[in-house]
Amino acid sequence: MADPIVQFRIKEIFPLGEVGGVEFALTNSAVYMFAVIALISVFLIASTSGRGLVPTRWQSVAEMLYELVASTLRNTAGTEGMKFFPLVFSLFTFVLFANFIGLFPYFFTVTSQIIVTFALAMLVILTVIIYGFMRNGAGFLKLFAPSGVPAAILPVIVVIEILSFLSRPISLSLRLFGNMLAGHIVLKVFAGFIVSLSAYGIGGMLGAVLPFGMTVALTALEFLVAFLQAYVFTILTCVYLNDAIHPSH
Amino acid sequence: MDAEAAKLIGAGIACIGMGGAAMGVGNIFGNYVAGALRNPSAAAGQFTNALIGAALAEGLGIFSLVVALILLFVA
Repeated sequence: MADPIVQFRIKEIFPLGEVGGVEFALTNSAVYMFAVIALISVFLIASTSGRGLVPTRWQSVAEMLYELVASTLRNTAGTEGMKFFPLVFSLFTFVLFANFIGLFPYFFTVTSQIIVTFALAMLVILTVIIYGFMRNGAGFLKLFAPSGVPAAILPVIVVIEILSFLSRPISLSLRLFGNMLAGHIVLKVFAGFIVSLSAYGIGGMLGAVLPFGMTVALTALEFLVAFLQAYVFTILTCVYLNDAIHPSH
Repeated sequence: MDAEAAKLIGAGIACIGMGGAAMGVGNIFGNYVAGALRNPSAAAGQFTNALIGAALAEGLGIFSLVVALILLFVA
């Protein structure tokens, strides 16, 4: 059976030389990231350039995307959180389009690389930390000492809160990475069953209908997961930004 | 025991943790649907909370999956 891990291999497309012993190159991962950004830009610019009062179909898709992110951000982080709308909307569309593009056969999934999701998660967490201290000063540390906790158990709570804060970038990046990785491995494993079964002649080919149906069903499920994980990433970003804006909970 | 065999057994044991995440996510969505059937008008407002809870519970299961994958392909 074909190795289900091969699809995640990063290939060098155009070497750019090396700096201090570290090799730089344009990889398939970078090409797909550029493709994702180009696709988002073309889609949003083309669909909203009409600026119709009565939206066309394409324009209403773009407006739905906007409304989804804007209402999520407004409900979780308040109106003050809307200043982070460009960041949150960029993260949502980037993750969503990267997930969707990766679902096409033979395409590379950018979000199945842990370094990409970890970079996105660190972007969010560093924004939270820097903006939290800029806006609240030392008051941001109230995040680790919830109000109304008895003094006797406060030291324990503070340790737990700090640990849970430190695990946020890890869990935020691993969730997206793990979902994409696991989903694509499962798809390739079932696709591999089709090939191995068809090798046994006509009976095997008839039997291969079962894993083929499973692959189709799993692809549909993966489209749901792709959207859901992009949305979950966005919601959690909004929740963490809310901590930076209103640290005393 | 052969180190390679121990790795495979360890990966299998690590995946048991995903069962806990499955129970957690099932519990959250089961209770969400039960609550939504009792009070359908309040359901839409709580869907985001259900998703956040499911995502947090699921993340812990993903950790054990990652441990299994590290054992299989990295360690």
